[in-house]
Parts: sequence; C-alpha cells; structure tokens
Amino acid sequence: MTLGDAQYISRDDPFAAARRQAADRLEACGLPKRGQEYWKFTDPSELNQIHSLHSLSSSITPHFGRSFELSMVGDWQDPVQQGISPRALFDGIPRSVIDIDGDDAEFELSPDIVEHGSACSIEQASLRDSSWVHEVFGELESQAHAPVPRALAAVNTRYARCGVCIRADGINAKPVEIRYSASEQQEDAVVRHVFKVERGASLTILETGTLARRTNKVLEVEVEDGASFHHVQVQGREHERVSSGHVFARLGAESTFRSFTLSVNGLMTRNECVITMTGDGSTAHVAGAAVGDSKFHHDDTVFVTHDSLDCESRQVFKKVLRNGAVGVFQGKILVKPGAQKTDGYQLSQGLLLDDLCQFLAKPELEIYADDVACSHGSTCGSVDEEALFYLRSRGIPSVQAQDMLALAFLRQALDEIEDTRLTEALQELLLDWLARHHQ
Amino acid sequence: MIKITNLHACLEDENTPILNGLDLQMEDGEIHAIMGPNGSGKSTLSYVLAGRDGYKVTDGKVEMDGNDILEMEPEERSAAGLFLAFQYPVEIPGVGNMTFMRTALNSQRKARGLPEVSAADFLRLVRSKARQLHVDPGMLKRPVNYGFSGGEKKRNEILQMAVFEPKMCILDETDSGLDIDALRQVAAGVNSLRGPGRAILVITHYQRLLNYIEPDVVHILVNGRIVETGGPELAMRVEETGYKPAPAGNA
Ligand SMILES: Nc1ncnc2c1ncn2[C@@H]1O[C@H](COP(=O)(O)OP(=O)(O)O)[C@@H](O)[C@H]1O
Ligand SMILES: [Mg+2]
Repeated sequence: MTLGDAQYISRDDPFAAARRQAADRLEACGLPKRGQEYWKFTDPSELNQIHSLHSLSSSITPHFGRSFELSMVGDWQDPVQQGISPRALFDGIPRSVIDIDGDDAEFELSPDIVEHGSACSIEQASLRDSSWVHEVFGELESQAHAPVPRALAAVNTRYARCGVCIRADGINAKPVEIRYSASEQQEDAVVRHVFKVERGASLTILETGTLARRTNKVLEVEVEDGASFHHVQVQGREHERVSSGHVFARLGAESTFRSFTLSVNGLMTRNECVITMTGDGSTAHVAGAAVGDSKFHHDDTVFVTHDSLDCESRQVFKKVLRNGAVGVFQGKILVKPGAQKTDGYQLSQGLLLDDLCQFLAKPELEIYADDVACSHGSTCGSVDEEALFYLRSRGIPSVQAQDMLALAFLRQALDEIEDTRLTEALQELLLDWLARHHQ
Repeated sequence: MIKITNLHACLEDENTPILNGLDLQMEDGEIHAIMGPNGSGKSTLSYVLAGRDGYKVTDGKVEMDGNDILEMEPEERSAAGLFLAFQYPVEIPGVGNMTFMRTALNSQRKARGLPEVSAADFLRLVRSKARQLHVDPGMLKRPVNYGFSGGEKKRNEILQMAVFEPKMCILDETDSGLDIDALRQVAAGVNSLRGPGRAILVITHYQRLLNYIEPDVVHILVNGRIVETGGPELAMRVEETGYKPAPAGNA
C-alpha cells in the first residue's frame, strides 16, 4: 500500500489531477512525525489516524458519510444529547444556513444561499458551471507545501469528498453559516471548502458545530483585489474532539481577510492558517481564543507571507488553560524581499489557571526587506491575584470571578472580529460554556 | 456592628508581626477614624478584615453582628455586608465597569436570598448614584478602573459603596489622590450614607478628610495596635504634633 493511493483515483473524479498531485506530495513527504521541527510541540499521531482510515477503505471508494466499522472507537456522544447544541448561537443574526450532517454528505444546497454569487457542493462541482473551483481546489494547498510540507492538508486534497464551494461576485451582507452536526456513526470526516471572493466582492462564512469525532478540514480562500472575506468558526465543546484544520488564503491588492476561531475543549486540535499577501495594500487578521481543560492540546500554527507592498497582518491568539491543558502557538511572519512598508503584528498569550498547564510558543519573524515594522510578543502567566481578590471582595464568588478574568483575557482576541454582533454572540457563548464547566 | 478583639496578624510567609493585638469596636450608625503613620498596619487591617490572601491571623477575633468573619471567604464577607474601598483600586482591563458592578450586586443579593436586579433597573440605579456623586458617566462604560486617574478610581470605590449599600464600610485612604473639590464631593457621598444600619471606618493619614467627614471616634494606630482613642479633637492634635509615642500607661 502506498501513502497516496494514487492508483485508486478514478478517472471520473472531477479533481483527479489535483488528487494525483496531492498523492504524490504525500508520497514524497510522508505523514508528519512527532519531533519534526513543524511538530515540535504537538504529536500528530492521532491526526494521522484520519488518513489511514480513509486510505484503507479507498479501494471501495471512500464516500463521505460512510460509517467505518473499523473506526468505531471511543465514546463519542451526540453533542445535541449533551445539551451543547450550538444552534442558538447566531440566532437573531440574519444569515443563510447550510446544514452538513455527519451521516449524509448529500446536503441540500440551494443556489441562492449567497445573495451575490454561486454555490455548489464539492460533489456537484463537476456538474455545474464551476470551472472556478478547479482553479482553486488543491492550488492554494499545494503552494503552501513549501517551505514546510503540510501532509495533512495533502491528505485532505487527496480524499475530501464533502464540502461547500462558494463564489461571491458582489457584496454579501448576510453571512453564510455552515452548520455541522455529528452522529454516533460518523467517526471521521474529511471536509473541504473552497471560496472565491471576486474583485470588490465580500463574503462572510461562519462555521459551527462538529461533524465527527475526528475531522480533517481544509478551507481554500481566494480573495481577489479589493475583495473581503470574513470567517468565524466555533469549535466546541466536546471533550473527545480531534481535529486538524487548515485555512489557505491568497490575498489580492487592497483586499481584506479576517479569520477568528473560538475553541473550547477537544482532545487534540491543530489549526493551521497560511496566508499569502500577493497584492499591495492588503490586510489580514487571524485570531483565536481557546479554553481547555485537562487532556486538551490546542495548537495554532500560523504562517503569514508578505510578498507585496504596504500590507498589514495581525495575529492575536489567547488561550486559557487549566488542569494540565497544553496550548501551542507557532506563528511566523515572513517578509519577502521587496515587501516594503509591511506592518506585521503578532501576539500570543496563555493564561494558566494552575501550574500543571503549559503554554508553548514559537514566534518567528523572517524579514528580507528593510522598511518594515514587525513586532511580536508572547506571554504566559497566571490569574492576576489582585484582580481576583478585588472581584471577590465585591461579592463575586471565586469561580465566577476567575471566569470573568478569563473572559477579559480572551476579549482582546474576540475584539478582532469585525462584526460586533458576532463578537457579542461568542462572548455570551463563552460565558455560558464557562459557567457550565463548573456544574 | 463590628468587634475586633486582640487581633494579631503577619504576612503568611514571614513571621514579622504587623498587627499586634488590635482592639476596636463600632456600633451601628457610627463613623470611626483610624489615623496612623505610614507602615503602621492600616492597610493590613483593612485587608485582613476583607479576607485577602497572604496574611496570617495568629490570634484574635473579628465579629460582625456576632458572626466570626475571619472564617469566611472574601465574597461571603461581602454578602454579609462588609465593603472595603481600596487604597489602590485594582485595574481590570477587559471587564466593563457596569457588568462588574451588576454582577457584584447580584452575587451579593443571591447570597442573601434576594432576587436579581434587572439590567434596566440596575442602569437606573447606577445612573442616579453616579449623578449624586459627580461620577463622569463615561467611567461607567470603561473597564473597571482601567486607565482611571487616581481621583476617578477613588470615586469609583465610593460609587460602588453607594450602589451596594453595605453595612460595614472601610475606607482605606480614600482621600489620597483627591483634589479639594473631589474630596468635598466624595465626603458628601460618604456623609449621605451615614446613618442607622451602617458603620463606617475611615482610615486616613491626614486629618484633612476629617474636616469633611466628622468621625464620632478617632483611633491612633501605631505599630499594629490602637495606642489612643478619643474624639475629633484627637485628630487635630495629631495634625499639630504628629504621631508621638503613646502616653504612658497605654504603651
Ligand atoms: N504584602 C506585603 N509585603 C511586604 N510587606 C508588607 C505587605 N503588606 C504589609 N507589609 C508591611 O507591613 C507593614 C504595614 O503595612 P501597611 O498595612 O500597608 O501600612 P499602612 O497602610 O499603615 O501604611 C509595613 O511595614 C509594610 O511594609
Ligand atoms: Mg495603607
């Protein structure tokens, strides 16, 4: 058996070429291993599992939604039964919703899901007039394969059969929410979304819920000149969740890209974000807030490449950790020769609620231009005892006071979200989650 | 209202005593002042009463309405009606002042078995108190004490006192950092809370504040114990002659 299973790629597969190349890349680089520089703080073995399950079944054409008997391990519970359905999260905010159910890849996708543009599923991509999908699918992922191989993303390109493709060609005021729900049958999911925001257009994507216990997800986002793309995803609050996520974005001139991730709980999370600023005057903000307890390992790995003039990038990541939870941040700003007037900022902070926790950060700047302003800061500390006492002296019970301080700590990351309605909805959610935590 | 008997305290990780057998008793409706030189243990007393970590009570008793408060958590003391206006109010970035005060008030009420105050009622309450105390409404929208001037911080403490309506108030050097107008306004705020059902302990370094808040009783604290107790005239004397060693018989 070979790693990429190239021989099983069907001729009828609309993405056959991209899949073959992904298989080759995978073959060449192999799956990630603990101890490699890019996996310095995170053990990828659990994430690699998603690959082996798919490749084993690939001779019978992996179909998203199939329940793999092989893979029924763990005690994955329906999140709805656990009373943690995120459904109410963005209620009250006008938006379109795409439901993706762990049992059924053939989700309904009405073409008017976007006001200005078009949409189809990955499966439909060959049927509809969607040549644009082929220009993006696998393209951004493969370009991000250097200088570091991203094998898990190649796995996604090779195997993903479920996902959404949206092209925006005008200002879309209404966000599109992709809402995942899992079932007990669905152990693993490989999901791929492809977005293209055309010149001057805008698109906001929200992602909520969990599709499977183990997920490998990739977003490719092409943001053309003057366009803007906003992304807010919520990962929570199942303890067993294992997920590998990649966001690959390519930014044209004067474009805007914003991505925010809220993560609560989960066993193993690796969120990679790879942004390349190819047009002058573009802006990219990536931020994340994470809250984890005990067997929680949460890794944000960000790679921003400035390859044009006058671009601004910001990274703001905050993690609240307790009971031995581990938070990782690897963030790099690469300023290529000639990318003058670059403004790069990076902040990563860990709040450790006890001394069993670890926050491991590797901030990096690599700069080949002389007229740039780049700064980074990384701190990790415990709760401010003075502040805690102040709150308690006003009657606020210790646990609640600690939550208030944790929320306050995360707030700076939440404030990176442009739409304050979303910020407030997430703030409420966090408050609720923190309160449930103590029950 | 409060009865402190033979209170001895030191820092948790050191054995150097700070409070050395302090006795103090206050009745309902009274205002007492504690004056003392720097380092005499005034703030330590206020922290020990409020329940801050880091201090060890090695002997003595503090009763509020007959209940031993030294066994209580800080939040329980607050719910029982104790309030400390900090000498150095803490800045808490990221926590809105209004959210903080409402959470605090409702926590206290919950602990007392009272229903929560709604957001709308709370807003009305705070606005009217803020007006009375000449608190800039902008301060309500900012994070707790964050970026406040020294004077704003002290006003914010008195605003909380007005909102929570505690039974036993301790004001630790509330006058420091206030200009004369602010001092008058803060004193007027404190005076408006004076009355039955409440006792106020004013800790100060200078006699100046006591021109505006007239105490019933003045205590002199030196080296962690009350060395002299008298009426308002005692404060005047200290202002003129300084904290002289306590008269013989008391030392
Ligand atoms: N947290 C602390 N760490 C070290 N020393 C302290 C601490 N708190 C109080 N002290 C010491 O205890 C004594 C009394 O301090 P304090 O109560 O602040 O006095 P006051 O408020 O009367 O000026 C001083 O000698 C001070 O240095
Ligand atoms: Mg003091």
